[in-house]
Amino acid sequence: MASADTAKRGGLMSRPTAETGWTSWLTTTDHKKIGILYFWTTMIFFFLGGVEAGLVRFQLAQAETSLITEEIYNQMFTMHGITMVFLVVMPLSAAFFNYLIPLQIGARDVAFPRLNAFSYWVYLFGGIFLYSSFFLGGAPNAAWVAYVPLSTDAVSNMGFYAIGLQIVGLSSLAAAVNFIVTILNMRAPGMTFMRLPVFIWMSLVTNFLLLFAIPIIAVALFMLQFDTIYGAQFFQPATGGDPVLWQHLFWLFGHPEVYIMILPAMGIVSEILPTFSKKPLFGYAAVVFAGAAIAFIGFGVWAHHMFTSAIGPVARSAFSLATMFIAVPTGIKIFNWVFTMWGGKLRLNTAMLFSIGFVSMFTIGGLSGVTHAIVPHNAQQHDTYYVVAHFHYVLFGGALFGLVAGMYYWFPKVTGKLMNESLGKLHFWTWLVGFNLTFGPMHMSGLLGQPRRTAVLPGELGGTVEIYNLLSTIGYVVLVVSSLIFITNLIKSIKGGEPAGLDPWDARTLEWLTDSPPKHYNFGTIPTVTHRDEFWHRKYAEDETGTPVAVPAGGSEEHDAAVRDSEAEAEEHIHMPDPSYWPLVMTSGMLPMGYALLYASIPLGIVAVLWMLVGMFGWIIEPVAEGDDDEPEPVPAH
Amino acid sequence: MTAGAHETTLGLDHRKLAMWVFLGSEFLFFGGFIAAYLLYLDTTAGGPGVEIFDIPFTTISSFVLLMSSLTMVLAHHAHTKGDMRRMRLWVLATAGQGAVFLGGQVFEFNVFWREGLIYGDSPFASAFYTLTGFHGIHVFIGILMLLGLYSLTLTGKIKPGQPIKTEMIGLYWHFVDIIWVLIFGVVYLIPELALLE
Repeated sequence: MASADTAKRGGLMSRPTAETGWTSWLTTTDHKKIGILYFWTTMIFFFLGGVEAGLVRFQLAQAETSLITEEIYNQMFTMHGITMVFLVVMPLSAAFFNYLIPLQIGARDVAFPRLNAFSYWVYLFGGIFLYSSFFLGGAPNAAWVAYVPLSTDAVSNMGFYAIGLQIVGLSSLAAAVNFIVTILNMRAPGMTFMRLPVFIWMSLVTNFLLLFAIPIIAVALFMLQFDTIYGAQFFQPATGGDPVLWQHLFWLFGHPEVYIMILPAMGIVSEILPTFSKKPLFGYAAVVFAGAAIAFIGFGVWAHHMFTSAIGPVARSAFSLATMFIAVPTGIKIFNWVFTMWGGKLRLNTAMLFSIGFVSMFTIGGLSGVTHAIVPHNAQQHDTYYVVAHFHYVLFGGALFGLVAGMYYWFPKVTGKLMNESLGKLHFWTWLVGFNLTFGPMHMSGLLGQPRRTAVLPGELGGTVEIYNLLSTIGYVVLVVSSLIFITNLIKSIKGGEPAGLDPWDARTLEWLTDSPPKHYNFGTIPTVTHRDEFWHRKYAEDETGTPVAVPAGGSEEHDAAVRDSEAEAEEHIHMPDPSYWPLVMTSGMLPMGYALLYASIPLGIVAVLWMLVGMFGWIIEPVAEGDDDEPEPVPAH
Repeated sequence: MTAGAHETTLGLDHRKLAMWVFLGSEFLFFGGFIAAYLLYLDTTAGGPGVEIFDIPFTTISSFVLLMSSLTMVLAHHAHTKGDMRRMRLWVLATAGQGAVFLGGQVFEFNVFWREGLIYGDSPFASAFYTLTGFHGIHVFIGILMLLGLYSLTLTGKIKPGQPIKTEMIGLYWHFVDIIWVLIFGVVYLIPELALLE
């Protein structure tokens, strides 16, 4: 198309072309670059969330101390929760989705590259909006669960919570649509559902969970926003409103949210364990089915967060039963991981250690979770540090261990270099010790009656609880040291890590078939898939006893050479989506929109709407890359 | 029909699949508000309740909205035939009917407000205005999309060979109508019938 070409070169609507430098990052539509953007942004928020956790821990290191005021304390634990859930674990999973989904299914990008950029920028602006609250009268301070009427009456900063999470949720929703379509519709030839890598399966399940859970929290947040800012009466008991409605809506989102955070890590670990055990994943179908079952049952257990609220004995029994049921598919997965390692040739490098750490720590967290399903037990533990211990074991010991394992595993893919193994192992052991030292004692202090969200550790709980709290604080310090080791390793390895080669781990999935780091277009020729663990089957055949034997005569090298040849010519006829300014232009309107809603300012709202409309129309009418449009083929005259 | 369609794994165009997936999410969004409305049906804090509804009036505006789905189908049909003049006509008719419906809603809100159904007075009022208001916003966005579609066919950005673009907006538009069928039934009709007993 000559006309499209000229339009691309000049004119008001021309698209950016930079492939390096900072403009390339601002305008990128490449899923790999967006994944890297997600990664570094979550690192910044992880630091902020860690500082908040530190202030909480130092406040509680000793009984009856007041390092920070109660108001600041409330803001700290609230922002710690919001940050770690919405600005760290979820987007860190999104970083993996972005980088890996197209590579693992053999695609060149996601289905909607500009929408992908949109998701990232919305997430960033949502995070900035939330954190701007510190400079505009104080951060949200009614816990990440934001129970009404506390969150609508007694405190003033929950507008930031309601609108900020709404913005971040929009990012997840757009990403969910994008990834679902990508996985369903852009698989390489032969990549049937039962040949998908488990990480892709778990991504698909997670994104369906997001798709159905995000609108529910959107409803709850709108109600909260309208109650706090515009005087609606959804949760106001004075006019007959029911505060328990908030709890239902929040947890109807909040429980699937738990699985949204853990399933990607489960997928990552299901990739790493087989690779470093030199065995296929034990019970692939069972692992996949269990993931889907967890997601399905995950929508039917929300009220176990509300056993001490007014929901009645029938609901308590039903939700108690459902909660015990959901432990079954989780248990299936844990046994499958154990049997994958059983009898395998284990290579205990850092990625593998973190994966094993994931399985063990998550099991502890899962077991304490089952104790919450028992109603009387639950009533005893509710709002104590026992609960804090439990969900840190599943979210830190679970999700974060899995995600860190993924960082070590795919670092060579992203950078072409290896991470330092001895620093990595030091990171793992300090991380494991620090983690258990921080959260292990909380089980005990919780059972001894230490309440959550209490600014001053009450002295009357006694010396034992004090010692447990001191241990937790020491554990926090160990975790800080461990994180510093990790960051040092990360930066050192990016700058001067050893070259990784094409296949450093003897891996099994398609992303290792291409260069590290992959070219902009991922694959010169889209691979045709004939097996589950396709890459493995290209490298190994099996002898009669089922032992893998390397394919003789350099079968894989021959293949590599073929890939290279086709790549040389590929550059010329692969058309990748152009970068675009418009996702950034459009999403930056989110900030004025957020403040307009917060301060109920109609003029600012009009500005924001116009801003985003301009961005949207720029997006629609900018020239589309050649071959990217559904331009009908010119009909030859005959 | 489209160049991309036969290259996708499922044989469906990406954009169409994405719209279906997104609409799946939208159902839960409205489901949440409908549930809250039903919870607060009788929680009027002494103010007006469901008896305030003017069923004949809303029936007429609902009819207009439902008929707009017909013109939407006709617009898509004309687009698949490449008849852009007729397509534009039906698109405008659809947007116009959407606007009539919205006008009806604004009028209705004004009447209710004057009769004492104030947004911040009762959970019932909050739930009613929020639910139907969000539906109104969806209709408004639909009208914007239709007008955008209309103008972009004039500039040549949307071509006769691209009926998928009309189809996508059509999917959204039909969804908004279907949700209104639910809202009209659950919010207006059924409580009113219950009142008669």
